[in-house]
Amino acid sequence: MTSTESLNGKGLALVPRTDTAQTLKDFKSDQEVRWCPGCGDYAILAAVQSFLPELGLRRENIVFVSGIGCSSRFPYYLNTYGFHSIHGRAPAIATGLASSRPDLSVWVITGDGDALSIGGNHLIHALRRNVNLNILLFNNRIYGLTKGQYSPTSEVGKITKSTPMGSLDKPFNPISLALGAEAGFVARTIDSDRKHLQSVLREAAAHRGTSLVEIYQNCNIFNDNAFEALKDPATRDDITVKLEHGRPIVFGTGDNEKAVRLSPYGGVEVVRRSEVADSEILVHDAHNPDPSLAFALSRLDDPAFEHVPIGIFRSIDRPAYDQLMREQMEAATADKGKGDLRDLLLAGDTWRIG
Amino acid sequence: MTKQVQQLDRVIIRFAGDSGDGMQLTGDRFTAETAQFGNDLSTLPNFPAEIRAPAGTLPGVSSFQLHFADHDILTPGDAPNVLVAMNPAALKANLGDLPRGADIIANTDEFTKRNLQKVGYDGNPLEDDSLAEWRVHSVPLTSLTVRALEGFEISKKDAERAKNMFALGLLSWLYHRPTEATVAFLEAKFAKKPDIAKANIAAFQAGWNYGETTESFSVSYEIKPATLPPGVYRNISGNQALAYGLIAASVQSGLPLFLGSYPITPASDILHELSKHKRFGVRTFQAEDEIAGVGAALGAAFGGALGVTTTSGPGVALKAETVGLAVTTELPLIVVDVQRAGPSTGMPTKTEQTDLLMALYGRNGESPVPVVAPATPSDCFDAAIEAARIALRYRTPVMLLSDGYLANGSEPWRVPEIDDLPDISVEFTTEPNGDGGAYLPFKRDPQTLARPWAVPGTAGLEHRIGGIEKADGTGNISYDPDNHDKMVRLRQAKIDGIEVPDLDVDDPDGDARVLVLGWGSTYGPIAAAVRRVRKAGGKVAQAHLRHLNPLPANTGDVLGSYDKVLLPEINLGQLALLLRARFLVDVIGYNRVRGLPFKAEELAAVIQDVIDSD
Repeated sequence: MTSTESLNGKGLALVPRTDTAQTLKDFKSDQEVRWCPGCGDYAILAAVQSFLPELGLRRENIVFVSGIGCSSRFPYYLNTYGFHSIHGRAPAIATGLASSRPDLSVWVITGDGDALSIGGNHLIHALRRNVNLNILLFNNRIYGLTKGQYSPTSEVGKITKSTPMGSLDKPFNPISLALGAEAGFVARTIDSDRKHLQSVLREAAAHRGTSLVEIYQNCNIFNDNAFEALKDPATRDDITVKLEHGRPIVFGTGDNEKAVRLSPYGGVEVVRRSEVADSEILVHDAHNPDPSLAFALSRLDDPAFEHVPIGIFRSIDRPAYDQLMREQMEAATADKGKGDLRDLLLAGDTWRIG
Repeated sequence: MTKQVQQLDRVIIRFAGDSGDGMQLTGDRFTAETAQFGNDLSTLPNFPAEIRAPAGTLPGVSSFQLHFADHDILTPGDAPNVLVAMNPAALKANLGDLPRGADIIANTDEFTKRNLQKVGYDGNPLEDDSLAEWRVHSVPLTSLTVRALEGFEISKKDAERAKNMFALGLLSWLYHRPTEATVAFLEAKFAKKPDIAKANIAAFQAGWNYGETTESFSVSYEIKPATLPPGVYRNISGNQALAYGLIAASVQSGLPLFLGSYPITPASDILHELSKHKRFGVRTFQAEDEIAGVGAALGAAFGGALGVTTTSGPGVALKAETVGLAVTTELPLIVVDVQRAGPSTGMPTKTEQTDLLMALYGRNGESPVPVVAPATPSDCFDAAIEAARIALRYRTPVMLLSDGYLANGSEPWRVPEIDDLPDISVEFTTEPNGDGGAYLPFKRDPQTLARPWAVPGTAGLEHRIGGIEKADGTGNISYDPDNHDKMVRLRQAKIDGIEVPDLDVDDPDGDARVLVLGWGSTYGPIAAAVRRVRKAGGKVAQAHLRHLNPLPANTGDVLGSYDKVLLPEINLGQLALLLRARFLVDVIGYNRVRGLPFKAEELAAVIQDVIDSD
């Protein structure tokens, strides 16, 4: 049996591998994809379908679990095992599955309403437990399936059908929330950047425990161009802060080149590249056991949309929940042997009649 | 001094004291001694929800009633023959239940002016003649205990706390109970505090010796062992039996047990018990809430585990949507509802049968769920296996309706032979079942209408299930009107067609005109009442429903063959409503919702009234 230590970082160590070469086609189901034309979900689906073959896993050992919302139809379009469940509960359902079946690669597909509103409780508890799941949170900052109400990631003042005078509640920053719950793997990527998206998925899959990947996803019907600044060639390079482990955090081009350094107030701040010495520039350390700096980085895009970090904020190893559960079962068995039903029923004070 | 020994056929003792006085422990120990002696017995713990209500007050009174006999008995007894009152509050709270002539053993040390005033006594009832109808034994339990423990290396407070063991010793002497197991129990319980262990054992022995030497007890009593069917027996509570039944179901089905649960009174002990048995491959998951508890259990079931969630009424309300998902995805799941007094928080430690309609209908859509209800504490073992049988065979969530009375009550249980337990093994689907190697996750078994169960990891059977309506056969998303109508009817027909045993009727002479029907935990009180009525010459038949959905096939015939059907329920007539609607039978309800089980005497009078009325 593998020990906790040796599984760390090996998200797929217990999942059986295939000898047969796989292609994108192997992961397409026969179901017609029914998202609105132009929806960002198409790009994510295509990215996932073309990424899965490289994992080299047996297709039957991959499971996609979703809740409710546009993104939650996702499992129906993948030719793996799939469970399209109920609103907000996918992390709970996936927890039971992943805790009892370490031989499965379990993926949760969820959205900003599903994960952060109705299912917020399950999300934070999955993260703190470190259940062996990959959670892909499609964040479009709006409710799509119920036709356009504001979501828990919508900006304050959002005008929607349910908020004709503007929404009042401050949004969640999903990355900050996940780091607050001390998730072991937290990343952000964008639907339109397939290369980056797949690189993040690769790391998420390799992480044993819960990995949370926020994917900025465009809803072209109810909240079009929400992330346009990150996609428009005229602006994207000046506002996208690509986090790479071990690299100084710099972004922007030409006169707009900027850097991130520690602020005197315990957070981080953005300064002009030309005004800061190399030694002052913060070097990203995704493996730092203390989540404070990762949290500070997650605040860079909040509340303004002037500089947005993407990439892996945090990736640290700690034992996954299913592993700890198995270790307790093994310890109990090592201590007193495998359970015997007859002994169990006859334990304690008994007496015989006749 | 030789003391007189009197033979009795049965005794009901109630231990009552402050919730910090250790009355539940005292009762448990006396029960264990009694079980070991070989009497038949039945217990009724009754305690406040508050962990430590204000000392000496009426709401803080905790009690434990034990009925034991030289013959088989069915209830914890209506009225105690003996009340052990550890303080004035315990006396006042329980006196109303005490029949004339009963014994009261009162701890005089606690009958101080202050404690008496706290519960509204003007004078000391032990010293005036207000208790003249009863036989009062005034015993300074606390000071006798403290004196007996002089010289022990323990604090005065610890010495005083041992007074419950002194009382246990005294009662053990009074009823000739074996004491070795209690000594061993105390040694084990306080293994890390040997001084406390020694002191408690000494207090226990001092109580015994006090009975033997003092003149306030001139008579002791013998109750011969009961003649029960041969076998090995143990004492067991409903929650423990239910937990064991779930482990047995796991062993007999060959599936690992996964419990997803959130702590709730009075169901938590099942979670506690199961979490001790990891050696059986049992996974217990204390979830963040009730919804996650059932969600995780369903997720585990999707992966091929025996998925179980345990809760009480408020939790069932929260789990409803997920149970509906299990209905429509047709996955096996056991939902244990240990019913308690509601609505809302209600009275968490008190019993009721008020969740029947919620279990049957408390979900959106046409969402049929089988319901099984155990009749006695030990029946919780078999009912758990039966729930698992139905869930696994028919791929459906099953509601197992226990209640607070069964959960905490206990009785001797003849331990079954493992070979006699039903085989409920499951074969997962591993081969395609459609044309051209296709897998149809909703292609049904023609006999049971159950769908195949292919678990992740099975090559070639990759498929998707979900809460959206499924096309018959393929399980693909379908909004087709006719398909929906068909699927609604198929799901209903599957549950309606579950094979359950016929309803047995106990009608010894075959000429009764009145049938008394029950379900769940009312079995004991109803059966005891029926005995009384028959003993007095009355004719009455008895039947008890263990399956509430589907009902046994002969239910309508049974109901129709009696002039009158009486149905006592601890609710406002939930099963009566169903039977009236389904069988057009004018069921006579008897309904009390007091958070307590029925009394045999009360039901006997009701039955007699129905027999006598035209």
